[in-house]
Amino acid sequence: MNTALSWIKAYVPELECTPQEYLDRMTLTGTKVETFECLDKNLAKIVVGKIMSTEKHPDADKLIVCQVDVGTETLQIVTGAQNVGVGDLIPIVLDGGKVAGGHDGGPLPEDGIPIKNGKLRGVESYGMMCGIEELGSSRDFYPEAPEDGVYIFKDGDVKPGDDAIAALGLNDTVFEYEITSNRVDCYSVIGIALEAAVTFDKPFVMPTVNVKGNNEDVNDYVKVEVADTELCSRYCARVVKNIKIGPSPKWMQRRLAASGIRPINNIVDITNYVMEEYGQPMHAYDLDTVAGHKIVVKRAANGDEFMTLDGTMRALDDNMLMICDAEKQIGIAGIMGGENSKITDSATTLLFEAATFNGANIRKSAKRLGLRTDASGKFEKGLDPRNAYDAINRACSLIEELGCGEVVGGVVDVCVPLKELRKLEFRPGRINELLGTDVPAEDMLDIFAKLKLEYDKSTNMLTVPSFRQDLEGLADLAEEVARFYGYDKIPSTLPSGEATTGKISFKQRIEAKAREVAEYCGFSQGMCYSFESPKVFDKLCLDENDVLRNAIEISNPLGEDYKIMRTISLNGMLTSLSTNYNRRNKDAKLYELANIYLPKSLPLTESPDERMQFTLGFYGDGDFFTMKGVVEEFFDSIGMSNKIIYDPKSSKKFLHPGRQANICYGGKVCGYLGEVHPEVLDNYEIGTKAYVAVLDMPNIVPQASFDRKYEGVAKYPAVSRDISMVVPKEILVGDIEAMIAQRGGKILESYSLFDVYEGEQIKSGFKSIAYNITFRAKDRTLEDNDVNGAMKKILNGLEGLGIELRQ
Amino acid sequence: MKEKLEQIKKEAIEQIAKSDALDALNDVRVNFLGKKGELTAVLKGMKDVAPEDRPKVGQLVNETRAEIERILEEATKKLENIKREMTMKAEVIDVTLPAKKNIVGHRHPNITTQEEVQNIFIGMGYEVIEGPEIETDYYNFEALNIPADHPAKDEQDTFYINGEYLLRTQTSGTQVHVMEKGNLPIRMIAPGRVFRSDEVDATHSPSFHQIEGLVIDKHITFADLKGTLAEFAKELFGEDTKVRFRPHHFNFTEPSAEMDVSCFKCGGAGCRFCKGTGWIEILGCGLVHPNVLKMSKIDPEEYSGFAFGIGLERIALLKYEIDDMRLLYENDVRFLKQF
Repeated sequence: MNTALSWIKAYVPELECTPQEYLDRMTLTGTKVETFECLDKNLAKIVVGKIMSTEKHPDADKLIVCQVDVGTETLQIVTGAQNVGVGDLIPIVLDGGKVAGGHDGGPLPEDGIPIKNGKLRGVESYGMMCGIEELGSSRDFYPEAPEDGVYIFKDGDVKPGDDAIAALGLNDTVFEYEITSNRVDCYSVIGIALEAAVTFDKPFVMPTVNVKGNNEDVNDYVKVEVADTELCSRYCARVVKNIKIGPSPKWMQRRLAASGIRPINNIVDITNYVMEEYGQPMHAYDLDTVAGHKIVVKRAANGDEFMTLDGTMRALDDNMLMICDAEKQIGIAGIMGGENSKITDSATTLLFEAATFNGANIRKSAKRLGLRTDASGKFEKGLDPRNAYDAINRACSLIEELGCGEVVGGVVDVCVPLKELRKLEFRPGRINELLGTDVPAEDMLDIFAKLKLEYDKSTNMLTVPSFRQDLEGLADLAEEVARFYGYDKIPSTLPSGEATTGKISFKQRIEAKAREVAEYCGFSQGMCYSFESPKVFDKLCLDENDVLRNAIEISNPLGEDYKIMRTISLNGMLTSLSTNYNRRNKDAKLYELANIYLPKSLPLTESPDERMQFTLGFYGDGDFFTMKGVVEEFFDSIGMSNKIIYDPKSSKKFLHPGRQANICYGGKVCGYLGEVHPEVLDNYEIGTKAYVAVLDMPNIVPQASFDRKYEGVAKYPAVSRDISMVVPKEILVGDIEAMIAQRGGKILESYSLFDVYEGEQIKSGFKSIAYNITFRAKDRTLEDNDVNGAMKKILNGLEGLGIELRQ
Repeated sequence: MKEKLEQIKKEAIEQIAKSDALDALNDVRVNFLGKKGELTAVLKGMKDVAPEDRPKVGQLVNETRAEIERILEEATKKLENIKREMTMKAEVIDVTLPAKKNIVGHRHPNITTQEEVQNIFIGMGYEVIEGPEIETDYYNFEALNIPADHPAKDEQDTFYINGEYLLRTQTSGTQVHVMEKGNLPIRMIAPGRVFRSDEVDATHSPSFHQIEGLVIDKHITFADLKGTLAEFAKELFGEDTKVRFRPHHFNFTEPSAEMDVSCFKCGGAGCRFCKGTGWIEILGCGLVHPNVLKMSKIDPEEYSGFAFGIGLERIALLKYEIDDMRLLYENDVRFLKQF
């Protein structure tokens, strides 16, 4: 919302402050001023001049040389403007002055354009005549300005030497506010002015409203019937006859222009003016086009079509409220009038409407229509029904004042019974308790009085004015006190009371460990969206009936590409790797800790399973076993140091069939790792091998532990033996290790693979494998016998697997 | 005898002085002090000395021995030092050669910021709690005093799954989950991902992060809210940080405020980060609305509380001077490496 300071001052005449002061203080009492613009910031030394004589330029056909009376002297000014003549009063910028822009109305330069005396084609010119564009505005806001040429003052109230900036109303500042949604009253100039009056502690003066009306009765002119009182709680109508359409006064035009509203004519301007001033949208109909002189407010029917006054055909439905006459629809309530009741130049009698429509309904209708107007924007906040009555009278009062027509006596007022004004108990003690302040009760009452809350001492109740629908209870009253006592004056303390322990959950500790380990292993943290395209399932080569395809869909996504909640974290990882690959980053190691969303049922009837996934991915330096190392490092770091089982039968379609494994721990599949399938790499345009691991945290966290116990440092020496064997290819190292672990007995300390070989010297279908096995007892030095016994068991076991031992 | 010993000592010293290598010194040791050395020979000749003179001669021999040993020791040390010096001279390296770094990964700037914020509040006794990202309308709106048909629902551009389920637009719903459990007092923060249907551009993302805070206890005041958040701002942005509270409106708090901090880039003088105002808006906050307390079965006459919500990206972007929000989700390692 934009408003000129001069308009605010109309209701707070004693307000004196710089624009910056106004911005600061209003912001600190809750009416946030986003910014302000001084309309004259780049205008200097511009006066009214009167052209005394003109003659042709001796050397240029398109230039004329004028003698101009600027009050103190007569200056010679050369101009190219073709629209000026002797006797015209025009704005003149003098030597050393400044204008805001060029005459072409292009973008305004930051610091304006300085003007100096100079010669035009050899003839001295002591200043410049200004067009409205050069003054930083446009014909939109000064409709009386010529299309091309110098601005000419048409009113007789300026004389040579006057300050032209003031005469044009450009000595003003326009403030832009950010009004919070609860303060419906502040979407009006009066609302903001009241805030300003309280903020600066100056008297607030309401505009005088006094409609005389003629001695006719409006009810003889029009009948109003509201069929849907739920959507329209009040409908006020007045009639104005013998209208005289013409321009509105300059002050009204200037105020509207400052609010960004283009002046049109007196009637339109008055309705717009009152809409800004009172925050109540109004509409005017040509009464002669209203069939039967009857207004009916009712819902449209599904399938109805209606042409709004912007010439567009609109599809209606039965949740939209329409203004109708005896025969037809003439306007979409609260949004836009109809083409068929538009005011034309031939109109003589007008019907004014000020109504209160259901805010939520207007908001939804406007949304469905794709038609948000100034009016609907105000209605959708939910207006005060009392305001409609006041506003229509204000409008008619202006019509009389400005001589735009003859107001017919009386108001048609169809209104559901108004709610009684809210009454709230005054509890200064509790207010101070909530704020942590010590504001005297009188000071609070003083604030309330300025805000137009009436206090009844006998009942200790405050009556809330109807325009403050946001004040519902004690907490709201506390805020009013705080705002005007000053948020900055409230002390700063720390909560007293029982001490609490700050902590993160066990799950969060495990996640922190995951980040630590991943980063220590060279992986950087990425972040991906939770929603993605349903196409990712095909990109990942998932089967048609893969359960992961059962994804939760967003009903109003940003687009197809963001439609489903991800059920697998790999798309994000592979997309990120692809981005890096295509930007020619040599290595990329990334990890992500974020949720996937698995529905328990579709459509969703209960909260889905949000599963934290620890996803790792890389290309470049490293291989499958690099990734395996990271996984084991992580498991170790969270106390999961038992044997991890890698099951190659993980059958992930997106992984290389021979280079993948499920990661099993404690009998649970905790995730998987592998090399990305070449087809999937192609789909993601990754031109090199890539490896991924996905760890399913809900299966890991319950098995993790930070408990550690010191087990002592071995006192007795270890004995180690090497074995070398020829193994059928299909037997996995994991099988051999399982056998060693199973048969090694108590004295087995560790074993490590030190050689794997396939190729020459080894018969085909076999591989050569060598292990170093270490034995140690905690309580004695081992004898050969102990070790031989254990070795024998191991070797027997291995032979049982079809393994040949080499000596 | 005495002269002989003096002579031996003199010769030994001469030979030591001539030795320029450790081997040569060893030879001197053997020649004079060894089993077949000259001094040993003197000792062997003790039988020819008169018994009354023996102790005296013995003492003389030992003194000579000690003296030679001491000089030998000194010379050895000297030579060893020279040798070490020479070795080190040969070992001079170019210290400006590149370092051998352990390649470690980098944390996402968002998470780093989240952890910083989190740690400040953990230090003040707050528990970190997580809530679901797919929420019900009740927890995301209704229980936060945003009834059906409220314009705030439209303002927040919610992604809906269906009539009941939605992607949470704020972490505030987590408060309600905690309040409902009824374990008072509460001091919690809830960091997490939230969603709003904003098109992706330099300053918008349909997915971003918030940290919500909630304190509920007896006698909690607006002054406590101010004090707590001022302390937080100092911790996060530096001891000299000033804060400013402006009245604002949120459905679930009353009175409500927005908190600005003095610009941590220019110190408040005005710069492009604070758009010349000297202040940067950081968070929204307020006393918990009595309706919210009531809906969670907490008596607003007995208990009060405050809540606040911080936009993580906003802080991270400002802090690290990241000029495009899209960078946060691209995961380019050249970007991540800088944090």
